[in-house]
Amino acid sequence: MSEFFLLVGRDVRLAARQGSANTMVVVFFVLTVTLFPLGVGPESAVLARIAAGVIWVAALLASMLSLDRLFQADFEDGSLDLLALSNLPLELTVLAKTAAHWITTGVPLIIVSPLLALILNMDIAGWLTLIVAMLLGTPALSLIGGIGAALTVSIRRGGVLLSLLVLPLYIPVLIFGVGAVEAAIGGLTQRPHLLILAALFLVALVLAPLASAAALRLNLE
Amino acid sequence: MSAGTERAAATFAGEELGCIRGERVVFRDVSFAVEPGGALILRGPNGSGKSSLLRLACGLLKPAAGRLTWSDADVRNDAHAHRTRLNYVGHLDAVKAALTVAENVAFWAAFAGNTAGVAAALERLDLGALADIPARLLSAGQRRRVNLARLAAAPAPLWLLDEPAVSLDEASAASLGQLMADHRARGGIIVAATHAELRLPDAAVLELTAATP
Repeated sequence: MSEFFLLVGRDVRLAARQGSANTMVVVFFVLTVTLFPLGVGPESAVLARIAAGVIWVAALLASMLSLDRLFQADFEDGSLDLLALSNLPLELTVLAKTAAHWITTGVPLIIVSPLLALILNMDIAGWLTLIVAMLLGTPALSLIGGIGAALTVSIRRGGVLLSLLVLPLYIPVLIFGVGAVEAAIGGLTQRPHLLILAALFLVALVLAPLASAAALRLNLE
Repeated sequence: MSAGTERAAATFAGEELGCIRGERVVFRDVSFAVEPGGALILRGPNGSGKSSLLRLACGLLKPAAGRLTWSDADVRNDAHAHRTRLNYVGHLDAVKAALTVAENVAFWAAFAGNTAGVAAALERLDLGALADIPARLLSAGQRRRVNLARLAAAPAPLWLLDEPAVSLDEASAASLGQLMADHRARGGIIVAATHAELRLPDAAVLELTAATP
């Protein structure tokens, strides 16, 4: 099990040293969201109405930005061969790399999301739910995205194919993520939405590493 | 200790191996056996399947025919044990540009459950002075040596080496030769694919020819 944390640590350290990719994700997230007030006009009622949806869609797209390198860097320099030959089962290798991806891209998105909620004049009743929903939703995004990343690992410029594969699978997270925030703002209970998000996360936690590892094994042959 | 006792008797062998890649037969009916302390050099023209045979030997590829055995037991019966007993050096160096030389070697050593001996491994391949340098500044030969340092840092009885001496200078090739000699003296097994001369005295040679369909 120590290998698992070793790999998470290495990937987080690599991301911290290389920096640019993760900063890019956050900057993309902030920029996309700030474009909306410019595009739809500064009426605060309109912005408040669309805030939850805009933040979630931008988070979806942002988390996909860095996905194509999730396994590709290790595939191209031969590290993935060695990881596949190590003590750690490939499923756990996938899980470790996905966890590192979430720590380096998902967590920064969650941290800046209240700022964006403020920019879009979201009702303050929705803020806490937004953060909780993102805490449950973004790891699911990383896990589901990992399947696409594993399938396209040997394809150069596989980013477009990756988004075509992954975006449809993101839809449930989007629907219930937005639903939770809207329910909180509307004074309804957000609990069922959050429970479904949690269920999506747990299902992805179990199934996505299996699928990703199978896809990686195909690509390593 | 278990690794030591395992080393004593184990013979690594392939029986009538066949390999198909992309609906093309790469090789067929390839058999070999390497005793403890022995070495096998794979030779053959480009595309004759040297790298494929090595990937097959470490389990990344599945044989289309035949089987691989470790002390007469099929390695597929316990794929995990096979993975832990081998060290694979592919033609890619698996060196992370953003990490230092020492961090690169230490990661793989720790990943194989062996944290001691990193400094010694670096010294064996004359990387001591480069230990704190980011790997992106290394030359091709130096990167190769970082990859080879894994062999010294994380001991395993079976070494599968794909062109280990490529882009190494004379002194480094000698270090590699010494490393391989020590490994064999401890009863280790080496299977290496190469075009260049490797310092492997008394090694058996397996000539691979491009298979006719």
